[in-house]
Amino acid sequence: MSQIEEVSLDKFKHLVSERALTGETMLLNMGPQHPSTHGVLRLLLELDGEIIVNCIPDIGYLHTGIEKNMEAKTYQKAEVMTDRLDYMNTMGNNLAYVMAVEKLVDLDVPVRAQALRVILTELQRIASHLVWLGTSGLDLAAMSMFLYCFREREQILDIFELVSGQRMMTTYFRPGGVWRDVPVEFEKAVRDFIKIFPKRVDEYETLLTKNPLFLDRMLSIGRLSKEVALSYGVTGPMLRASGVDWDLRKARPYCGYEQYDFNVPTRTEGDTYARYLVRVQELRESIKIVEQALNKLPLGPVRSSNRKFVTPPRSEIGVSMESLIHHFKLWTEGFPAPKASIYSAVESPRGELGLMLEGDGGPKPYRVHLRTPSFDNLGVLSQIVKGHLVADLVAILSSTDIVLGDIDR
Amino acid sequence: MDKKLEPIVKAIQDKFSATFEEFRDEVHLFVKPEQIIDALTLLRDEFNFELLSALTATDYWPQETPRFHVIYQLTSLVKNLSVQIRVPVNGSSPNVPTATRVYSVANWRERELLDMFGIEFDGHPDPRRILSPEDMEGHPLRKDFPLGYEEPQFTFNFDEIDLRKPYAKE
Repeated sequence: MSQIEEVSLDKFKHLVSERALTGETMLLNMGPQHPSTHGVLRLLLELDGEIIVNCIPDIGYLHTGIEKNMEAKTYQKAEVMTDRLDYMNTMGNNLAYVMAVEKLVDLDVPVRAQALRVILTELQRIASHLVWLGTSGLDLAAMSMFLYCFREREQILDIFELVSGQRMMTTYFRPGGVWRDVPVEFEKAVRDFIKIFPKRVDEYETLLTKNPLFLDRMLSIGRLSKEVALSYGVTGPMLRASGVDWDLRKARPYCGYEQYDFNVPTRTEGDTYARYLVRVQELRESIKIVEQALNKLPLGPVRSSNRKFVTPPRSEIGVSMESLIHHFKLWTEGFPAPKASIYSAVESPRGELGLMLEGDGGPKPYRVHLRTPSFDNLGVLSQIVKGHLVADLVAILSSTDIVLGDIDR
Repeated sequence: MDKKLEPIVKAIQDKFSATFEEFRDEVHLFVKPEQIIDALTLLRDEFNFELLSALTATDYWPQETPRFHVIYQLTSLVKNLSVQIRVPVNGSSPNVPTATRVYSVANWRERELLDMFGIEFDGHPDPRRILSPEDMEGHPLRKDFPLGYEEPQFTFNFDEIDLRKPYAKE
């Protein structure tokens, strides 16, 4: 039985300044249940008055062993774990996982499924950015932002419910395609959203972009230089706000992103306001991609016809013995993957979401590593908050757009 | 293999007598633990691999030599290339020099490996567990660590197991 130990300063001696040891500066816990930490994150702050001298993030409160759990499931069943990873980006996580599996077993995906994947992940990106915009508004006491953003997000979640039956834990993408074709109402629902959304972004910008109170809280706060960002492995909008034009959708197009015309917004200032501008601009770019993909959504099958990896349609099972065998084998045993390892990455709303997937010749992954963007984006926090006020920490933290489920896995 | 990657792979092979594997256009280079810092520094400074995308490991238990592969996934933004460096580590003394001075991101990622695999990084500035509680025993992502295992208590052995079962008591 382990005794409850009193926390002593000895463990953090090398992380705080010498003044903390003499009691000149104060150590303060922010979190793990603080509303502006966006989840269960504990920040141990060393404060000189109201100025932050050091910030030591403590993570792991949401650690659920997703990587270990995935090793015990077949390739099809392990996918549900990825939904629970970054719960603001379920479609994007599914995409990262199915693309890794498809690369490992060399499986083709029909063009219609690819276009559907693009539409839904871009809608998910908008939904994720809306949660970020709403909550970071809320952190800076702009309550109405939160209500407006969640109104639009609701519409996207309704679309997800339409196609997958679930609002959040969708598991709609499957290795070799998508679960089933979208219903007929899908196109109208997305068209309605495309119609209203650009105007709504204008409304958000009227409220925030030139609001003097907002600018006071955001300008020149939490500056992150290009070199520091790269060294700390920061990716996504945070990296682009620091002047690096790097977006995996453009640099290494997947799922047919090369067919769509969109810009990668970048800023050079690297402060909280630059991150805000980049993300708001991304909302507009994403809706452009959704519109283009919907306009040229091809007809055809949505699942690969490779029966060794994808279950046959229900109608075939009654008439073909072979299909019945495939169906039975795939759902009881799963499909084997070669004894090799691959790394595949997609651009999630937060940055590079990578999957290191290693097979051992059997139906279960030997090792899954999830390279989650929030983990590295939080790692740089202690560098960019130094010298700022505690109140600014709230603004900086919300501008990093972390999801704790993504960090702790 | 990408044509642009060939000179880089050749340089690493010559300098560190590294072996390499290729699968689905991905290149894995194998170097020894004592060479890793030089290899990473060379790749970062000479070949523009600015980003350490992922730093992770795989456990090949019950194989002991090597038991682990420490994996460095590097990305070059300027050249749009990726390369993976693998460092085989023995199970008896899983020690690798820290890459914190080359890539700052290695700080947290190495703490994660210490926590999950028990791989020690020599010279690490902050060697603490990162995700699990500090008084936890064992390393969850090792293959000999059971998944969700708890000793079941029955009436005949309840008290016996209760004595060694780790949970908070009154």
